[in-house]
Amino acid sequence: MDNGKVTNVLIVGVGGQGTILASRILSYLGHRSGFDVKVSEIHGMAQRGGSVVTQVRMGEKVYSPLIGVGQADIILAFERLEALRWIHYLKKDGTIIINDQAIEPVPVIMGLMEYPKGIVDRIRGRVRDTIAIDALSLARKHGNDKASNVVLMGVLARKMGFSKEDCTNALEAKVPPKFLELNKKAFDEGWNAELA
Amino acid sequence: MKELLTGNEAIARGAYESGVKVAAAYPGTPSTEILENLVRYPGVYAQWSPNEKVALEVGLGAAISGARTLVTMKHVGVNVAADPLFTLSYTGVNGGLVLVSADDPGMHSSQNEQDNRNYARFAKIPMLEPSNSRECKEMVALGLEISEKFDTPVMLRTTTRVAHSQSFVELGERNEIGVKPYVKNPQKYVMVPAHARGRHVVVEERRQKLLEYANNCPANRVEWADKGIGIITGGIVYEYVKEVVPHASVLKLGMTFPLPEKIIREFASRVDELYVIEELEPFLEEQIRLMGIGVKGKELFPRIGEISEQMIAARILSVTGYKDLIHDSLLVPGVEEEKDLPVPPRPPVMCPGCPHRGVFYTLNRLKMTVMGDIGCYTLGALPPLSAMDSCICMGASIGSAMGVEKAHPEMHGKVVSVIGDSTFLHSGITGLMDIAYNKGATTTLILDNRTTAMTGHQDHAATGRTLSKQPAGEVDFAALARALGIKRVVETDPFDLETLKRVIEEEAAAEEPSVVITKRPCALLIKEKSPAYRVDESCINCQKCMKLGCPALVSGADAVAVNDTLCTGCGLCAQLCPSGALKKEGEAIG
Repeated sequence: MDNGKVTNVLIVGVGGQGTILASRILSYLGHRSGFDVKVSEIHGMAQRGGSVVTQVRMGEKVYSPLIGVGQADIILAFERLEALRWIHYLKKDGTIIINDQAIEPVPVIMGLMEYPKGIVDRIRGRVRDTIAIDALSLARKHGNDKASNVVLMGVLARKMGFSKEDCTNALEAKVPPKFLELNKKAFDEGWNAELA
Repeated sequence: MKELLTGNEAIARGAYESGVKVAAAYPGTPSTEILENLVRYPGVYAQWSPNEKVALEVGLGAAISGARTLVTMKHVGVNVAADPLFTLSYTGVNGGLVLVSADDPGMHSSQNEQDNRNYARFAKIPMLEPSNSRECKEMVALGLEISEKFDTPVMLRTTTRVAHSQSFVELGERNEIGVKPYVKNPQKYVMVPAHARGRHVVVEERRQKLLEYANNCPANRVEWADKGIGIITGGIVYEYVKEVVPHASVLKLGMTFPLPEKIIREFASRVDELYVIEELEPFLEEQIRLMGIGVKGKELFPRIGEISEQMIAARILSVTGYKDLIHDSLLVPGVEEEKDLPVPPRPPVMCPGCPHRGVFYTLNRLKMTVMGDIGCYTLGALPPLSAMDSCICMGASIGSAMGVEKAHPEMHGKVVSVIGDSTFLHSGITGLMDIAYNKGATTTLILDNRTTAMTGHQDHAATGRTLSKQPAGEVDFAALARALGIKRVVETDPFDLETLKRVIEEEAAAEEPSVVITKRPCALLIKEKSPAYRVDESCINCQKCMKLGCPALVSGADAVAVNDTLCTGCGLCAQLCPSGALKKEGEAIG
């Protein structure tokens, strides 16, 4: 990360997927690295299975907590359709990390609309630095679907150049002790993943 | 020590550090987390009140008897609390009182986007507007000082982006202020006309003193840079302005009522072009124009919704053409939006296992006119349930059902009101009393899920627990309805669709008013899930179960399937299945 500029990370997903913990870990990492950090979340209605977005900005001095259209350096998408929904928030030369998982929204479940096919390939066609990962399967290896968020954080933290030591500290600070070992393993799955 | 806090966490911290002794609120997004955080600090008494009016009354009692006090609510909550607020402005306080109004431009989770800055002018009380979490904390302290110095309640107005954004805050120690002695003073606190006339004079004198003070208030400051453009702003928009036009001169207003006229005049005289950038109403702009100062404001920026950085960049650029002023990256286009593939929306939905689902399914089947209310159950308005005709404000369901019935007697039997437990306690009781008193005959459905669900599960007077998790009494809804004069009161299980339908039909048809209480805790409060349902090969794909709009049911080409990680085993779908294809784990398949 370049000290002089602000790095914008947009975390998108579906209510209940654990995007909040991911943003807490990321902002902790930013803090540890000596950056000014601002985070924005929307609560309320969004908790009920709706589309959720968290914005994390870090750099020497950050004013706004929000990321504008076309301003994100990195989008971390917890779900394919959400990646597509928010893609225009990415800078032209930005990075998108996609959890290759589909959660059908109500209009699809009810058979009123179709879940778009070939999302990852479509995005790859437009964004050179597209990373797709099956975080759910990697989390399942350790017996907990819910740890997909931390798998994705492993991918993101490595991409952003944070040190492994800081990452371990972040997990220890932000994850309840009961789930720490599981989450450390899940994080390593993301950190060590072969990415394409 | 520096910590990353939301605006709401910082307000709680500020109240703790400033020696606040008493705090009261009714939950409402985006204000709820203030009290949830404040209650964890030692030495502070904090409570959920049944509504915002009671919260402010508890607060004013604490303040006039000498304690530093915090009262918090969402913007529309101030409408409910407006009655005590306007007269509290006359009596003044004793211990400092800060009223937090959390506004919601953009209506992330509200029914309107009223601009509560107008309340400060209307009630003639000073107002502070923080831009970030550090200021949230500082302005609680400053607000309490102003409150005590000028003997007035002070409004601290946040918006969603300030309340729910995190930034760094330096933590300090608690300043134990103690409680001032209570002094009886009827001329000041008993607002009969003879006393109130005298107090109104005091209010006007106070207004003059506050006008002077605003020019010295540390929350207002000029940040000089290029004098070609001067921007007057406050709140979250200040942060956007600093991001977008780092080289413009800025007058940052932290105290936005009354305005610092001297500072504004001087700032205006030293810049070539003057802009006011503010969300919603031209609150600053109109007052500045009244000073005889020309500004550009609402001709460039909307009265509707939030302002964004890109909007500021584009609108200022379109007027000035000064490209150099704008932060360069904001003008570079990003990745194109998906335009060829339809992207299905992902609206919020009732959770799997939600006890409200069966009620709205039944009301839809019965083709009822449903006067709705504020809560998770407002989602009953969305397809496929589509069983709500109105939703206006807390408690409006009951009175409005009465109004429909009086206007249309022929609709008797087809009009019901639907209200949640917390909303009923907030503002529904008086409406029900009205129905009993004025011989209405509608049916009121109280959906008792034993929590304030929408705002994140806060306790209330019928849950048996207080904000500080202490055991408490529980309001008995059936007994309360009877005491108000309703003779027909039925309690029923919203998971039993057949009984539910029969009860609603019978009660709606009755010639006298009735109350139906559906009892089931919020699905998110249930820790032990009952086994998921499965679909066997007897499914005829009739899609009857899909009318429930349950996220755990998935429509397929030949059959419906159950998502077993989402299914809570509530069993509504099985009750609708004509072929018995939906079975619970453990039941015989086939």
